[in-house]
Amino acid sequence: MSSLVQSTIEKYGKDATRLMDIITDIKKELGVLGKGEFTEIADQLGLSSVEVEQTYSFYHFFSTDSRAKYNIYLNDSLVSEMMGRHEIAEAFEKSTGTKFGSISSDGLFSLHNTSCIGMNDQEPAAIINGTIFPRITTYRVRELIQQFRAGKEVEDMVNSFGGGKNQSDLIKSMVTNNLNRRGAVIFSNYEPATTLNKLKDLKPEQVIDEVKNSNLRGRGGAGFPTGLKWDFCTKSPGEVRYLLCNADEGEPGTFKDRVILTEIPHLLFEGMIVGGYAISAKEGILYLRMEYDYLKDYLNAILDDFRKAGWLGKNACGIEGFNYDIRIQMGAGAYVCGEESALIESSEGKRGEPRNRPPFPVQVGYLNKPTVVNNVETLCSVVKIIEKGADWYKAMGTKETAGTKLLSISGDVKYPGVFEIEWGMSIDEMLEMAGATNVKAVQVGGPSGRLIGQNEFHRTICYEDLPTGGAMIVIGEHRKILDVVKNFTDFFIEESCGSCAPCRYLTVILRNKLQKIIDGKGVTKDLDDLVMWGEQMKKANRCGLGQTAANPVLTSIENFRSEYETRIEKGKDFDTKFDLNKAIQNSSRYVGRFPQA
Amino acid sequence: MSKPIVATTSLAGCFGCHMSILDIDERILQLIELVDFNKSPVDDIKEFTTMCDIGLIEGGCCNSENVHVLKDFRKNCKILVSVGECAIMGGLPALRNNIPIEECLHEAYLNGPSTKDANPDKILPNNEELPIILDKVYPCHEIVKIDYYLPGCPPRADLIWNALVALVTGDELKLPYEVVKFD
Repeated sequence: MSSLVQSTIEKYGKDATRLMDIITDIKKELGVLGKGEFTEIADQLGLSSVEVEQTYSFYHFFSTDSRAKYNIYLNDSLVSEMMGRHEIAEAFEKSTGTKFGSISSDGLFSLHNTSCIGMNDQEPAAIINGTIFPRITTYRVRELIQQFRAGKEVEDMVNSFGGGKNQSDLIKSMVTNNLNRRGAVIFSNYEPATTLNKLKDLKPEQVIDEVKNSNLRGRGGAGFPTGLKWDFCTKSPGEVRYLLCNADEGEPGTFKDRVILTEIPHLLFEGMIVGGYAISAKEGILYLRMEYDYLKDYLNAILDDFRKAGWLGKNACGIEGFNYDIRIQMGAGAYVCGEESALIESSEGKRGEPRNRPPFPVQVGYLNKPTVVNNVETLCSVVKIIEKGADWYKAMGTKETAGTKLLSISGDVKYPGVFEIEWGMSIDEMLEMAGATNVKAVQVGGPSGRLIGQNEFHRTICYEDLPTGGAMIVIGEHRKILDVVKNFTDFFIEESCGSCAPCRYLTVILRNKLQKIIDGKGVTKDLDDLVMWGEQMKKANRCGLGQTAANPVLTSIENFRSEYETRIEKGKDFDTKFDLNKAIQNSSRYVGRFPQA
Repeated sequence: MSKPIVATTSLAGCFGCHMSILDIDERILQLIELVDFNKSPVDDIKEFTTMCDIGLIEGGCCNSENVHVLKDFRKNCKILVSVGECAIMGGLPALRNNIPIEECLHEAYLNGPSTKDANPDKILPNNEELPIILDKVYPCHEIVKIDYYLPGCPPRADLIWNALVALVTGDELKLPYEVVKFD
């Protein structure tokens, strides 16, 4: 038994549900885990070794080999590509002398692709040993690698601090906030603990009623009424309940939670306390994506302040019998963990595979107890609703969508960043606000949302019309729509958990069809297949990822059909483009035959 | 009116689907009333002698000959049906698809338990009479257009029968649960 495994497991009280943290800590030391570690961990936790291995292999930041001294994860999201990722990737390969997916022969560098890291407003960006390097240029790549070769540490290469709290001692990051527009709710004037002070005069039911009256809807994208969710949870049988906050914003193009977590984490933790009080939760868990690991120490320090101030712990907020604390659960790189039941599974130390529903998390959630999972922005809104009242909140926004929304705007715009708007703004206004001209398309709500063209720019952002979790990717006139769609489809292939066969296979088949069309080999049948098979994805998959994975294909064909049609062969219905000569090439060479097929 | 003409073939299959065709038992008497056969192992006609109405394909394509035969069927049949798992998805032979063809050949002829010591000259089959193995096993619809698919390993005799009758008579295909369940 290695002492590292032993001490790590003891640190987490030999608790198998903390497997994520256990693997994270051991991996930080070893860079890679093997059968030996799986067995050791399994023996100690009372699991089988495959249970440990399957959790390990599921997550991107676990399963990638990071034994090099400098492990470089370069974002491969669409906006990263738009901002010149290709040249950066080439520069990294050239200067490190290794390819993506491998480690350099001197053991100094490993290169990995990674899905959107929440830095779309400052691409191309990479994570090197946990430190974010935004706005990378080819010059910067050469400089970094040169200095690393000369023995510099990653921290030594942090040559500027982003604005605001990014400069604080516990963050010291180059990430900039780009908070371009403050609104009336989330980024309004904030006096910490105003709401917490009010809490002891309110019954939990009163808190729920106020939130219900405010018509607040979940900000993750689905828009479920928050008050109702809390109500359902409290009515589920059982004394023990949990509140989970979803800070796993993995939808490519969204980065609003990053700014909240950096600038106003007090507001979020206050929201987690209000929510925890409303549903009488035993514990609150902030599920933080691994990409935001650089904020962890800072957030933990604030939680300590909260404990010292009596806002957390025994009789929290001075309320007799309200014993409540918050802990941070780190993710490890899996988009699907943003789905609430997958997030719960992951928090329990398992693969982040979505659960079957019903039962819903409010009935059977974390550790099989009734659980509320709320978005970061939702919980922040709650604090202001309790402070200023439901009527104040309801007065903003549209009839069915109250309040404000944080938009993460990126792509071909002059001012990428976070904008807090009132619901009901039109896309045209939004583009004008962010300084975007000559726009061909907008991806509303990230890859799982809708790709809309100019004929829909009059539509308004709200649940009655264009719902969104806040990711707005602006695509300029000079871009090719099919490249956009292919990047998104590649993303879903990478992030599919593989549980449902249609999501596991059809995503690949759709990508291959797309590639065929991009290569100029497509025929009419390919286009028809894309639509017909894409529709199946909505019906045949268990969770939101699979159900929406064909959205880029479907909405782009709906709105940009001509971009497909100009690339397919005219007057030809069907052609698989099977190439017999190519198919026999390898075996002919191996057996020593060079025939005409 | 002359009877519709059927052709059948087994590509990279095990002939199990053809056995399943024979499993229609006494209905084989009805079958010969209903259709004529052309190129098929059933009557041992080797080459197409006329344009056919229905082609039943068993198996996917694992070598160059399979591809030629399949294309020949497409040319000579108005309707092509992929019969069974291998024709539809590659089936068991497609298990090799994740292994490079060089490794497959090496294992089969140079390193396998039955060939390791029996092939001292390390001969690989390369006579020009032989079909050439493809880089992987392809389902039929990745080579030519397939009109219908009959799932199963093999598809039940009743499914094949119902489908044939439906195609010939133009009636709706009957698909009760019993004919498409696989256990």
